Amino acid sequence: MSTKDADQSLITTDVQTGSRDRTDRTHETVVKARNLDVYYGDEQAISGVSMDIPEHEVTAIIGPSGCGKSTFLRSINRMNDQIDVCRVEGDLSFHGKNVYDEDVDPVALRRKVGQVFQKPNPFPKSIYDNVAYGLRIQGKADEVDLDDAVERALRGAALWDEVKDKLDSSGLDLSGGQQQRLCIARAIAPDPEVILMDEPTSALDPVAASKIEDLIDELVEEYTVIIVTHNMQQAARISDQTAVFLTGGELVEFDETATIFEDPDDDRVEDYITGKFG
Amino acid sequence: MSTESHHESGAGISGDGPVQADNEANRRARRILFGCATITVLTTLAIFFVLIDNAASYFFGAKLTEMLMGASPEQTVTFTEFFTGTRWAPDHATPAHGAIPIIFGTLAITVGAAFVSIPIGTATAIYLSEYAPDSVRSKLKPTLEILAGIPTIVYGYFAIAFINPVLVAPIASALFGINMGRYSLLSGMLVVGIMTIPMVSSISEDAMSAVPDELRNGAYALGATKFNVSTRIVLPASISGVFASYILAVSRAIGETMAVTLAAGFTANLTANPFGEIMTMTAYMVKMARGTTAVGTVEYQSLFAVGLLLFVMTLTMNLLNDWFKRRFQEEYR
Amino acid sequence: MSTDTDTDLFSDVDLSWEHLKNRLFLGVIFAASMFGVVMLALLLFDVATDFYVGLTEYNISLVDFFTRDGSRREELSGFRGAIVASIMLMVLVTILSFFVGVGTAIYLEEYAPDNRITRLIEANLANLAGVPSIVYGLLGLAAFVNGIGMGPILLAGAIALALLVMPIIIVSAQEAIRSVPDGVRNGSYATGATKWQTVRRVVLPAAIPGIMTGTILALARAIGETAPLIMVGAIFINRMPYGPFDRFSAMPTTIYNWANEPSQHFIHLAAVGIVVLLAFLFVMNGVAMYIRHKYETEV
Repeated sequence: MSTKDADQSLITTDVQTGSRDRTDRTHETVVKARNLDVYYGDEQAISGVSMDIPEHEVTAIIGPSGCGKSTFLRSINRMNDQIDVCRVEGDLSFHGKNVYDEDVDPVALRRKVGQVFQKPNPFPKSIYDNVAYGLRIQGKADEVDLDDAVERALRGAALWDEVKDKLDSSGLDLSGGQQQRLCIARAIAPDPEVILMDEPTSALDPVAASKIEDLIDELVEEYTVIIVTHNMQQAARISDQTAVFLTGGELVEFDETATIFEDPDDDRVEDYITGKFG
Repeated sequence: MSTESHHESGAGISGDGPVQADNEANRRARRILFGCATITVLTTLAIFFVLIDNAASYFFGAKLTEMLMGASPEQTVTFTEFFTGTRWAPDHATPAHGAIPIIFGTLAITVGAAFVSIPIGTATAIYLSEYAPDSVRSKLKPTLEILAGIPTIVYGYFAIAFINPVLVAPIASALFGINMGRYSLLSGMLVVGIMTIPMVSSISEDAMSAVPDELRNGAYALGATKFNVSTRIVLPASISGVFASYILAVSRAIGETMAVTLAAGFTANLTANPFGEIMTMTAYMVKMARGTTAVGTVEYQSLFAVGLLLFVMTLTMNLLNDWFKRRFQEEYR
Repeated sequence: MSTDTDTDLFSDVDLSWEHLKNRLFLGVIFAASMFGVVMLALLLFDVATDFYVGLTEYNISLVDFFTRDGSRREELSGFRGAIVASIMLMVLVTILSFFVGVGTAIYLEEYAPDNRITRLIEANLANLAGVPSIVYGLLGLAAFVNGIGMGPILLAGAIALALLVMPIIIVSAQEAIRSVPDGVRNGSYATGATKWQTVRRVVLPAAIPGIMTGTILALARAIGETAPLIMVGAIFINRMPYGPFDRFSAMPTTIYNWANEPSQHFIHLAAVGIVVLLAFLFVMNGVAMYIRHKYETEV
C-alpha cells in the first residue's frame, strides 16, 4: 500500500503509462483511508479500504461497475452525506484530519476538495457566472479580481480561447466536451487542493475526452487529482498511481500505474486487466 | 393519438358482414366522441359571444346581433368614460360609467393578495422541495391541499366572521383610531392571499423538484450551503415555472368572487385605505345579481361589460402562464 | 507516511456566517410554511366555535335545521331546501358533464389525430380551466336564464356548473385513460377488435376507477361553487325545489345570504350551514380517496 520507489520506471513496456516522470518524487499523503466501510442501508458498498493518496499526482481508481469506486470518491468530499441512507465507518483523513470527525464541516471540506462529475452539469447561468459561482459563494469574490480569476480558471481548463468572446452566453449552449471543461474551470476557480473526477470523459466523444486527458496532465502540477474511470487505457495513459476495486467494494491492489498494468501482484487484477485488453 | 389502418382489400381479409358492422360502429363512435370534444370549444365561443354581444349593447345601445339585423349603433357609454372615469354607478339615478374604481378595487386586492401568497408560497415551496424531512413533507403537503380544496364561500365567511372583526378591526382602532365597518380592503387582500398560497406553493414546488440533482451536487461539491443551493441554483433554475405559479395565483385573485365580496364589500370607493370598503369587478356583478336587475336595462348590460373586461384580464394571465410553463418545459426536457 | 495532523486544517474557512444564514433562512421559510397551516387551523377553529355557539347560545336546533326550509325570520330558518337543491344540482351536473366529459377524454386520448383541431381543443381546455367561475354564471344568465327563457331555475344553475367542471372531468379522465398500459390495447387489437370495441371493453373498464375519482373530485368543486349560482339568480329563494324546473337556492348561496346578514343569529346559521357543506365535501373526498386507494392496491 505504500508509495514505491522509482525502480519501476526502468521497466520498458508496450503499455504507455504515466506520461511524465513524477514517480521519482516522494509526495506527501493528502488523502488517507484506513479500514473504510461505506454502507447504503444494509448494502455494503465499500469494505475495509485502506490507501494513501499522494499529493500532486494523478491517482486513478478503476474497476468493474458497481465496485464502489464512485462511492469511495464521494466519501472523500462527503458528497455521500447527500444520500440519507449512506453510512461511513472507519477512517478517512485529509491532511491527517478525519473528515468524518464531528468538528469537520462538510461545506468547508468541499471548498478544499472540488469535484467534477460524470455528466457535465453546468448551471443554467452564463459561462462567466458558472466559473464565478464558487468564488461568490465562498466569499472570495471580493478578495480577488473576479474577471481575472474567471479568465485564469478558464485558461486552466483550456477553454479560454473558445469562450472568451461569449462569456455572457449560457453554459448550456456549449458542446458536451466544452461543458465538461467549463465544469473543470468551475471546480478549479476557487483553488481547491484536490480535484475529484468521477468518470469525467465517459459522456464525451473521443476527441473531447482526449482534451480532458491532456488537461488532467496539466492540472496535476497544481492540484492533486483523483479520477474514477472505467476506461483502463485512460487510467494507464494519465495516472501515476492506480487503485483497482473489485466487486464488493474491496480494494484489491493499489500501486504505481506501471506495476498495476504490467506486473500486478493479484491474479484477479491481472484477469481484469487482460480481460479488458483482450 | 394513433390512427387506424384497416386495409379495405385483400384476399379473405376484406371486411365481410360482421366486420363491416363493427367498423361502422367504430366510425359512429368516433363521430359522437368528436361531437363531445367540440362542446368545450363551443363553450369558449359561447362565453365570448355572450359577453361581447351584451357588452355591445352597453356601449352602443344595441346588441351585436341586433346590429347585424340592422339596428344602428349609437354610443351610449364611451370607452373614454368607461376606462378613465372615476365614478362607477350605472345603477344610480344619475348614472356614472367610470370603471376605474372597480378596476382599481380588483387590482388592489390582487396586488395585496400577491404580497401574501407569493412570498409565503415561494418560501413554502423551497422548504418542501429543499429542506423538509419526509416526515414533515408528508403532513404539510396534504394540509395545503385541504387549504386549496376549501370552497371560496367558506373563505368569505372566515373573512367576515374572523379576519375582519378579530384581526383587522382591532389593529385599525388600536393603531389608527379608525372605527371600521364590516368590510375592509385589507381583509380582502389577506383572505385572497391565504387562498392562493397553495397554488403558488404546489406549482412552484413541482418546478423546483424538476431541477436535476446534478445541479445541486455541482454546487454542494463547490462548498455551497443549502441556502446557497436553494437561492442561487434551484430558484433561478426553476424561475419560469415559479413565475407561472405567480401568474396563476394572480389570475385566480382577479376572478375571485365570494371571498372578496364578503371581505371587502360593495362600495365603489377609489381608496387605498386598507381599512376602508371597496368594490371589485366581481363584487359589482354579485351586487347586480342580488338586486332586481331587469333584462335590457343599462345595469344588466353593464354586467357583461365588466364581465368581458374580467375575462380578457384573466385570459391574458392564462396565456402568459402558458408561455412561462412552456418555457420551463423547454428548459428541462 | 508522514502526515501533518493539522487540527486547524479548515480554520482559514470561516463558515459561521454561512451556516447562520442557512439557519436563519430555514427558520424564515419554516415559519412561512406554517402560516398556511395556522390559517387553516384558525379557519376550522372559527367555524367550529361559531357552530357550537350557534347551537348553544342561539338555540339553533339541528333537527329544525335539517327539516325546515329557508325563511326571512332567523329563528325559523333551516337548510333543507338548500341541501335538496345542492343534491339535485349534483345529480344534474353529473348527468350533464360526465358522459360528454369522458367522451371528450376518449376522443382526445384514443381517436384524435395530431392536427391543428386537436391542438386547439387541448389548448382551449387549459384555457377554460382558468376562466373565473363567475363568467360561467354570466354565460348561464345570458344564454339560458334569459336567452332561451329558462328563468332562474335549477337546470340553468346545473348547466353553468356542468360547463364549469367539464374541463376538470376531461383532464382527470384523460389521465386515467392514459394510465392504461398500451399492452392491454394491443392485446385487444391483436384479437381483431376495432378501436371502439377496444375502448369500450378494455380501456374504459380499466380506467373507470380513475375516471370516477376525478369526477367525484370535480363534483366536490362544484358543490361549493357560489358565484355562478348567484349570477343565474339562485338567491333569496327559501322554498325547497321539487324538480329541475323549480327556482332554488343551494347550500353555498344560502350560506352566502346568511353570512351577509347583519344579524348574529344569521351569521351562526351560516356557520352551521358551512359545517354541513364541509361534511359533504369530506364524504365526497373520502369516497374518492377510497376508490383511488382500492384501485391502487388492486394494480
